[in-house]
Amino acid sequence: MWCVMTMRKFSAFLLTAAIAASLAACATPPESSSDGEGEGSSSSTASRLDAVKERGTLNCGVDGGIPGFSYVDESGDYSGLDVDVCKAVAAAVLGDADKVEYRRLDSTERFTAVSGGEVDMLSRNTTWTISRDTEVGMEFAPTTFYDGQGMMVREASGLKELKDFDGKTVCVEAGTTTELNLTDKMRKAGVTPEIKTFQQADPAYAAYEEELCDGFTSDKSQLVARRSTLSKPEDHIVLDVTMSKEPLGPLTVNNDSAWFDVVKWVTYGLIEAEELGITSKNVEEMKSSEDPTIKRFLGAEGDLGTGLGLENDFMVKVISSVGNYGEIYERNLGQESKFKLDRGLNALWTEGGLLYAPPFR
Amino acid sequence: MTVKEQGIPLWRDDRFWKVALQILAVLVVIAIFTLLGYNLNVNMQQVGIEFGFDFLQSQASFAIGEDLTNYDPSDPVAGSYARVMFAGLINTLRVVVVGLILTTIVGITAGVASFSDNWLLQKISQVYVEIARNIPILVQLLFWYLAVFSKLPRPEDRLSFLGMFYASKRGLYLPWPGEVGRFSICAAVLIVGAIAAFFVWRSRVKAIVIKGESGQNQSMILWVITAISVLILLFGLGWQFPHEPTEIGEIEGGLRLTLEISALLVGLIIYTGAFISEIVRAGIQSVARGQWEASKALGLKSNLTMRLVVFPQALRVIIPPLNSQYQNLAKNSSLALAIAYPDIYSVSNTTFNQTGRPIEVMILIMTTYLLMNMVISLSMNQLNRSVQLRER
Repeated sequence: MWCVMTMRKFSAFLLTAAIAASLAACATPPESSSDGEGEGSSSSTASRLDAVKERGTLNCGVDGGIPGFSYVDESGDYSGLDVDVCKAVAAAVLGDADKVEYRRLDSTERFTAVSGGEVDMLSRNTTWTISRDTEVGMEFAPTTFYDGQGMMVREASGLKELKDFDGKTVCVEAGTTTELNLTDKMRKAGVTPEIKTFQQADPAYAAYEEELCDGFTSDKSQLVARRSTLSKPEDHIVLDVTMSKEPLGPLTVNNDSAWFDVVKWVTYGLIEAEELGITSKNVEEMKSSEDPTIKRFLGAEGDLGTGLGLENDFMVKVISSVGNYGEIYERNLGQESKFKLDRGLNALWTEGGLLYAPPFR
Repeated sequence: MTVKEQGIPLWRDDRFWKVALQILAVLVVIAIFTLLGYNLNVNMQQVGIEFGFDFLQSQASFAIGEDLTNYDPSDPVAGSYARVMFAGLINTLRVVVVGLILTTIVGITAGVASFSDNWLLQKISQVYVEIARNIPILVQLLFWYLAVFSKLPRPEDRLSFLGMFYASKRGLYLPWPGEVGRFSICAAVLIVGAIAAFFVWRSRVKAIVIKGESGQNQSMILWVITAISVLILLFGLGWQFPHEPTEIGEIEGGLRLTLEISALLVGLIIYTGAFISEIVRAGIQSVARGQWEASKALGLKSNLTMRLVVFPQALRVIIPPLNSQYQNLAKNSSLALAIAYPDIYSVSNTTFNQTGRPIEVMILIMTTYLLMNMVISLSMNQLNRSVQLRER
């Protein structure tokens, strides 16, 4: 009897200890979180910028499956336009373009990952829309790729325009603007195709290859890029219809202007560098340029970087590691890549495109 | 006695601790949830989002592949997020109900077959269980979808079977009762017939066992009921057969199952069926050997032994674990989104992505699955009660 009693008491003691320990463990987070939140609301010092600097790496959300934008090769290295934007930000903030932790996100989990803080920024061919900017609580940095929604079909199918799609099947990726545009445009064309919505791109393209759908709709650049991974790329054509405007760019979470400013101005910096003619090859010489605009831009004069909470020569690091926008484009999507996409809308404003950076002064 | 009257200090009183610890545990749970809620609130305020379900009324404006509820993305009312999620729920229920029925049949058949005297049947059952049980359900679904169903021929070279069943990349076409009104009347007649047949059967058994009669009158009635039922099944339901149109085009009539729902159903049925088969096997093995021997000694044949003696006793062991397999099937149906079937989880996924309201949508989904599984659980518990031994 005595033995039973002590056993029970002992277990009661253990339970108390366990609860006390868990209480103590629980007691810590509210303090720290309320601290962080208090600072966050009173001033902008508790920015993600500090968190990134402290951590020493940048967590960047990418797709990882779209050649030309973000693609993981056999050796696990990431490359592409979206990836280069991540690298540029890492170079600006941490001084090293390789200090990026990539997170592969699918289209439905991407915003949750940003607002939950799992990634510091998202550079995942994401379309800038008003509802994402407001309701979803995102903050969009400048557009890095002006795109439009297109439709890929098998050439043999004879499908030419949206009107031909009545009763046909169209595959689309879930959680994208394309999903909505498709419904809208088909309604406008007065036809009702059958829609198959896939959670992930890979099974979706597999289904398209198996001829489970007659058409595949997505951003044109993505279609062109993905076509190159199909078994017989020459059998497929991207129709000459543009269903929507798709401005794609990096983004951060709402209400953190210090961090958002960094991402925004690094992106603008890539564009400005091209306009100023600064490339990864001549950036060192350019530092001693006579032009005050270039000197200011590269931090040899003035203190533009300090205002952002960065080193003054942050753009030097960015350009020497990834190059200017033009270089990034040509390397990943343009003439130096297998896609050979023209600059089109993605040329500088001086050359008839839409890329325009506000002045760095 | 004297010790008790003096009273022991509070901290050495067992009763005090019992109560205190329970109160403490409740407080801890409340504290954790308050903390989580507070944290959520702060974070949502920080990004400027307000918690609420108003978004359900706004127009969803995305189309879904399969729909039985007249959801219309172009209409502000019939195309709201609430409506699209309802359409998704109906799609889920369709898969779950059909899946539960068929997986039970597959599972019991395979389970009973594993006891068969027939060597081939027994081995087939074993191989099936081992393969289906050891491969993740997601892999199996993708296999059925991308490696089996999508390899069907193009619509113009469709497979046909007896001129009644067709299969192509457009889907599977099966004969199906046509008019709803006629179908419901006939279904009601069939159900009444089944109940009547059950009572006649009971009185026949009673007549044979207790009164020692031949039970021929009752047998006659049974045969008549059977004949009428078969006639109704064949001609009364108004079967519509899928038929090829004269010109090249879509197959008309009958029921069209898309490849997505077909692959999902086959995947879920095969996977869950393997587990059910093992449960059935365990149940049958739990019946004491003496019961088999006694039944054989009475001269019952192998299948009668199984049906009349062993299986009813095995049910007591089978039903509780069967319940969790049913719930697993219901939950696994959410993997539909991998193969483009618009179930509730898949449309909710799009919904929260378009509206930026993951928390609200997650609460809705969790409640839905919870309710669905509770209904399954309640009915199975009811069934369980009815097969338990009644001790007298």
